[in-house]
Amino acid sequence: MIWLAFGLAFWLAAIWVNTSIARSPAHSQRWARVFVPTLFGVTVLVVWESLVRGLGVSPIILPPPTAIATRFMAARDILWLDFVQTAVKGGLSGYLIGCVAAFVTAILVDRSRFLQQGLLPIGNFVAALPIVGIAPILVKWYGFGWESKSAVVVVMVFFPILINAVQGLKETDAMQRDLMRTYAAGYWKTLLKLRIPAAMPFVFNGLKVATTLALIGAIVAEYFGSPIYGMGFRIQSEAGRLSMDMVWAEIVVAALAGSAFYGTVTLMEKIVTFWHPSQRG
Amino acid sequence: MKSIVPILTVVAAIVAIWYAGAFWMNSKWALEQAERNGVELSIGEVFKDAMTQERAILPAPHQVVAELWKTTVEQKITSKRSLVFHGWVTLHATLWGFALGAAVGLGLAISIVYLRVMDMSVMPWAIISQTIPIVAIAPMIIVVMTLIGVQERLVPKAIISAYLCFFPILVGMVKGLRSPDMMQLDLMKTYSASSLQSFWKLRLPSSMPYLFTSMKIGIAAALVGTIVGELPTGALRGLGARILVGDQFGPPIRIWSALMAASILAGALVATVGLIQRITLKRMGMAR
Repeated sequence: MIWLAFGLAFWLAAIWVNTSIARSPAHSQRWARVFVPTLFGVTVLVVWESLVRGLGVSPIILPPPTAIATRFMAARDILWLDFVQTAVKGGLSGYLIGCVAAFVTAILVDRSRFLQQGLLPIGNFVAALPIVGIAPILVKWYGFGWESKSAVVVVMVFFPILINAVQGLKETDAMQRDLMRTYAAGYWKTLLKLRIPAAMPFVFNGLKVATTLALIGAIVAEYFGSPIYGMGFRIQSEAGRLSMDMVWAEIVVAALAGSAFYGTVTLMEKIVTFWHPSQRG
Repeated sequence: MKSIVPILTVVAAIVAIWYAGAFWMNSKWALEQAERNGVELSIGEVFKDAMTQERAILPAPHQVVAELWKTTVEQKITSKRSLVFHGWVTLHATLWGFALGAAVGLGLAISIVYLRVMDMSVMPWAIISQTIPIVAIAPMIIVVMTLIGVQERLVPKAIISAYLCFFPILVGMVKGLRSPDMMQLDLMKTYSASSLQSFWKLRLPSSMPYLFTSMKIGIAAALVGTIVGELPTGALRGLGARILVGDQFGPPIRIWSALMAASILAGALVATVGLIQRITLKRMGMAR
């Protein structure tokens, strides 16, 4: 009972604090922009903890955050091993291969208007398809190791990046290209100095979407066969053994990996496209 | 429709690559088999074998189409062998998940547009939620749902697909509801419109193009969510389960035909939303 009361009190207090910050003139300041969402996140955790303790929810159904944190700290070795296997070996390698392949394809396609007209609608269509379903096939082809996960990721990230890159390469207008001509710049020089930089905001859109897809692909592929470690393997086997705190610890790893991955790409975007209006200001 | 020729060319190229790949990957088995039997195969015979293997590593397109035909048209719709039946199960969960996700996305978008505190506290988490690979949670949702006594498989699948599709709708609607400019909002003020009226008569109508664009992304995401929900733990019905069963027991061609069916379903769903978009925007006088 005391836990429920504490949770409710904390929740109401947090609502009051956040509302007053949002109403006050301080809302546009930097600390407020960080503090308000942080308090929201902390409140969710506190309410979760007090609900689980107050209502006596079985840890098999929903473990409290403290139990997950304890488990996370205790199982760091296993979690790290899983992270390296799935996110780095499977996800990151596939992501890099897929990005390079898509980008090279985009530059090749870009030379022909005919191919552009044909590939763009198809790429858009394929990007909407449930490509994850290809995972069991690729696991059959490339075996249970990280190579098959990497292959799934390549297929999944290829099309979103391709369509964004093709679209981005079309972004320069005639005036800019004419200017390059008056500088006597050839195709490659124009590509390097004008069109690729101009395509970057689009490319990064694709890259950001692809970060999540890469992790999804790497994890789902493990459901179809993997060595006895890896995030997808661990989640499935531990969920089967009903040790939910381990599953949640693995979800925390997935969340951290996903956010860090996305954050890194966003940071790179800030550095590369510093000139774009959305990055100034 | 001038792009129809290039599109068909690219499709033809993809089919050609597929055939070449099928020949390349399947011919190895055909040659090994021939060597074991001590027969020499001509290149034509190898090709013929590669195109007709029952358990081909990469089934040729016409085999997949034939399997698709066999499991849709030639089966009773109620039969467990019918892809129409499995497709319906998947579609059912997808539509529920989409409805749930759209409702959540819409509700959050409205509160974010009207309450600054929601904008400040929820929006960053909504973005972070999308960097978390939901599939990590799928097996757990399914196990927990069974534990609390929800036997219906529909619920966990719908939750997963709702999680995947709420975000595009949330982002699109926040943009759409904020799309009326100051001038228009001021005009509503001079008419002394209440905030409810300016919502119904100005903000909501002007958000429609954004809503439909985001719904097209959302429904495709919802289908992916449902299929992922069917993949991890022994589901028996649905296209995802079909993929899983094909992986574990059946010939690989079942995976391919299920994938093909899922693609057709995805295309049909996006096209349906597109059609509703065109009709609605036309009747609202917003068609471009």
